Amino acid sequence: MKTLALGLALLCLSAPASAEEIFVSNERDNTISVIDGDSLEVLRTFPVGRRPRGVTFSKDGRALYVCASDSDAVQVIDPDTGQVRHDLPSGEDPEQFALAPDGRTLFIANEENATTTVVDAQTRKVLAQIDVGIEPEGVAVSPDGRMAVTTSETTNMVHWIDTKTLEAVDATPVGQRPRYAAFTADGTRLWASSEIGGTVSVIDVASRTVIETVDFAVKGIAADRIQPVGVQLSKDGRHAFVALGPSDRVAVVDTRTYKVESYILVGRRVWQLALNAAGTRLYTTNGVSGDVTVIDTATFKPIRTVKVGRFPWGAAARPIPDAQAPDSRAAGATP
Amino acid sequence: MAASGARRDALSRRPLSAGLFGAALLACSGLAEAATPALGPPLAIHYLERRVERPAPLNNEDPIPDDEGARGAELGLKDSSATGRFIGLGFSLATKVVAPGDDIRAAFRELANRTFVVLNAPSADVLALADLPEAQGSVFLNIGAPDTRLRDADCRKNLLHVLPSRAMLTDALVQFLAFKRWSRILLVAGPAPGDALYAEALKRSAKKFGARIVAEAAYDPKGGDVRDTALREFAIPTRGAEHDVVAVADEAGEFGASLNYNTATPRPVVGTQGLSSAAWGRPVEAWAAVQLQGRFRKLAGRAMRPVDWAGWMAVHAIGEAAVKARSSDPAAVRATLTAATFEVGGFKGRPLSFRAWDGQLRQPVFLLWPGAVTATAPIEGFLHHRTELDTLGLDEPESACRAFAGRSP
Repeated sequence: MKTLALGLALLCLSAPASAEEIFVSNERDNTISVIDGDSLEVLRTFPVGRRPRGVTFSKDGRALYVCASDSDAVQVIDPDTGQVRHDLPSGEDPEQFALAPDGRTLFIANEENATTTVVDAQTRKVLAQIDVGIEPEGVAVSPDGRMAVTTSETTNMVHWIDTKTLEAVDATPVGQRPRYAAFTADGTRLWASSEIGGTVSVIDVASRTVIETVDFAVKGIAADRIQPVGVQLSKDGRHAFVALGPSDRVAVVDTRTYKVESYILVGRRVWQLALNAAGTRLYTTNGVSGDVTVIDTATFKPIRTVKVGRFPWGAAARPIPDAQAPDSRAAGATP
Repeated sequence: MAASGARRDALSRRPLSAGLFGAALLACSGLAEAATPALGPPLAIHYLERRVERPAPLNNEDPIPDDEGARGAELGLKDSSATGRFIGLGFSLATKVVAPGDDIRAAFRELANRTFVVLNAPSADVLALADLPEAQGSVFLNIGAPDTRLRDADCRKNLLHVLPSRAMLTDALVQFLAFKRWSRILLVAGPAPGDALYAEALKRSAKKFGARIVAEAAYDPKGGDVRDTALREFAIPTRGAEHDVVAVADEAGEFGASLNYNTATPRPVVGTQGLSSAAWGRPVEAWAAVQLQGRFRKLAGRAMRPVDWAGWMAVHAIGEAAVKARSSDPAAVRATLTAATFEVGGFKGRPLSFRAWDGQLRQPVFLLWPGAVTATAPIEGFLHHRTELDTLGLDEPESACRAFAGRSP
């Protein structure tokens, strides 16, 4: 009995020491599953608003933002306790979002009403609602913070938003059903996936034109089952990871040659991807199999499958903030 | 608690959002016009329909709405216009409904700029229009006639089919039955010409996928009300050799719904009622279909039906072709739309494209009943060298269509 108690105490002590946690939104369960980065076990699951999809962290990792699509809100949540601190006005049906480098301006895609809502996370005020194409989905902000983009799934364009004037200034047609957009670290290129087009467009940010279209082919899988969704660029910028939906694969693309180096078999219908802070691991949300595949980015090999809730959708990793004494946690400072 | 708080917040915020949205819309449309000058006059799309008299619903079902198809096309126009304005493209949609007995050819001749015609009419009208000398430069997008012959020997070069053929519908159904190993079919067919065509398509599908029609019965309600007698009456036509399912061919819905649960032996009813196959339906939700369903309900105040989907899809395909061509020139758009490489999304989880040999839009078909989508065809395991979608309907070697000869698949 004593040993057990001691063991438990040790466990509790060791828990906060784990380096990072991965938060996964379960679209059908209205919950977030938290995976421990060391043990790769689900540490805890907490309820959130209805139909949670996009998730991201404040810069300091102390606030989790969740697009609760059917609650028409972005929820600001204490990642340690799972408590909702408050909601941000998000516009109708928020699906994905991106936090600007200033750490406070959120660009939110409102899937149902063809707008991008811009919210100041500090003042909780709507700064603008910008008219974009039908079914806005993917959102990204350039590393220098000057340009935001929204992809529209039915209009099939990347819409460019000037973050100073908060106006849509241009639109670049891409392949059918663009779902996700990611800027390269130097901000010169934008990668945008097209789910039905089956391609990823690489766009030159200066000219806003597509300079390369990446195609995929997996032996034994019909071409129309290869449906690119989530995109993550490796920390060294050498590779792009592309989730290929119902082909159950993640492609590894060489960012210089635009050739696919490898296809990694993951769970069923892989949608979104998240890298850990060091870029050593890639986490994939597998919608149909209800799990997360953990990939070693050095070897491009899957190392573990972690069961989460129903229809895992989004994922975000956070290094556990250093000062994690219970006191500072209770203070619950908003970002 | 969190959820209810969010809901309240959202409600109180709505007027503000709407105001902002409106302002943004105004600001932006001005901007879009300033930034992207119009590429030309709006591209004219016509919606032409033959009004068809239909029997009153049997069981107080929602009647087939008078604006079926037209509302879908209207939503397609809205979507295409929302997209087009970002690159200076505009579209117009003119709707014309021809009364029963009136001359649909005369109605067509009166149209101006008639390159693109979304056509919701029976097959006889479709052929009458497609064969007009004045219509040889037009593209008709068929959204109302499922007749397989229009994709077979009676195909036309100026005719594309957005609605699935009967052959595609019954292939989808029999793939499902084959997957379940429910391969013994007792067929009950109604007296209407469409019923016979459906029964014929089902037999062809059964042959194609290794199912068997073990018994066949004709049933004619003779305009009578079967509801009071169904309990006893349907035992007779559904009594027969050992079977796994009862398939019903009753396209107008004159008795099929009452057959459900009234069969002699406890067997599922499939076909035009019971578990049916369709291009679209109320429970379709996956692949962001829920977005399209929501937009349609907002516009039309009712659920989206298969012909509505086809109407939306037809206009959406024209709109996408114009965006790809970056032009509102009808000839350029037609060239893009009919090119072998043209692909378009349709909220069915795959790129859709027109078959090079018969002009049919290849697409997944839903197996559904009013409560749920039971499965989506092509069913897993039915393979094809080109795309699994070509396991549904007439494949290239099966089709007698030669009008498109010369195009590569």
